[in-house]
Amino acid sequence: MRLTAHPLVCREAVELMSDYVEGALSRKDRRLLERHLADCPHCTEYLAQLRLTIAASGSAGPEDLEPEALDEIVELFRRFRDDPDQRT
Amino acid sequence: MDDAELLRRLCEGDERSFTELVRRYNTTLVRVARYYVNSEASAEDVVQETWMAVLRQADRFEGRSSVKTWLFRILVNRARTAGVKEHRSIPVDPTGSGDGTLANRFDQGGVWTDPPAPFTDAIESAILNERVIALVRGAIARLPEPQQAVVTLRDVEGLSTAEVAALLELSEANVRVILHRGRARVRGEVESTIKGGGS
Repeated sequence: MRLTAHPLVCREAVELMSDYVEGALSRKDRRLLERHLADCPHCTEYLAQLRLTIAASGSAGPEDLEPEALDEIVELFRRFRDDPDQRT
Repeated sequence: MDDAELLRRLCEGDERSFTELVRRYNTTLVRVARYYVNSEASAEDVVQETWMAVLRQADRFEGRSSVKTWLFRILVNRARTAGVKEHRSIPVDPTGSGDGTLANRFDQGGVWTDPPAPFTDAIESAILNERVIALVRGAIARLPEPQQAVVTLRDVEGLSTAEVAALLELSEANVRVILHRGRARVRGEVESTIKGGGS
């Protein structure tokens, strides 16, 4: 938690950005960060990159499973379907 | 088709619905299990047990939470038990130290000396290109625990910070710290690959 009210330097700004994107900053920190961003193109780029990577994470979709891994799990399904009482 | 419909069809014995659920969630389940157990093989065992439990309990799903949350809860219960048996100590993200990805990039006053290499301009706005998605996916898979579990649940699966905290039994403040570190690392990997001209 930051208690000082001096203008932020870049290193501090970067530390706040993930919480900023989360909407989890206090009003005071949010204002300090936004004031810094207004004057700092590098930190503005950093924030854009952070948002971009978060968006890319969310749109990545499921990764392809190795066919053997999928087969093993589907085999569980078949065993269960054929004998639903099995407990192993 | 949404998860609840897949689960309903699964109860009727539809193999394809089960396969689709496995495709959607298996990777995430392995990553989250990995937070609790000692090895990849052990995580895969826990995930298989989880799918067995899903088959047994599917007809009792009441829709009070999303299928996704229900599934993750089944996993975490099993993974935690397996971790205890293995005497696994849960990795902690020590607070107070940085993520390391930005070391030496500021001057003593905390101002950028080596600013972020621009890459957002190079990417068509609103359209995330496949390359960035592939880079991000690879970077997440290389994150250490607990960052991998937290970033996967929050940013890939879209659970809220509160849901992630409840699931992993962490405080929300800790989840946010871990998320910050993990995201910084992922961004850093994308940046260095693009700066290096690699793919």
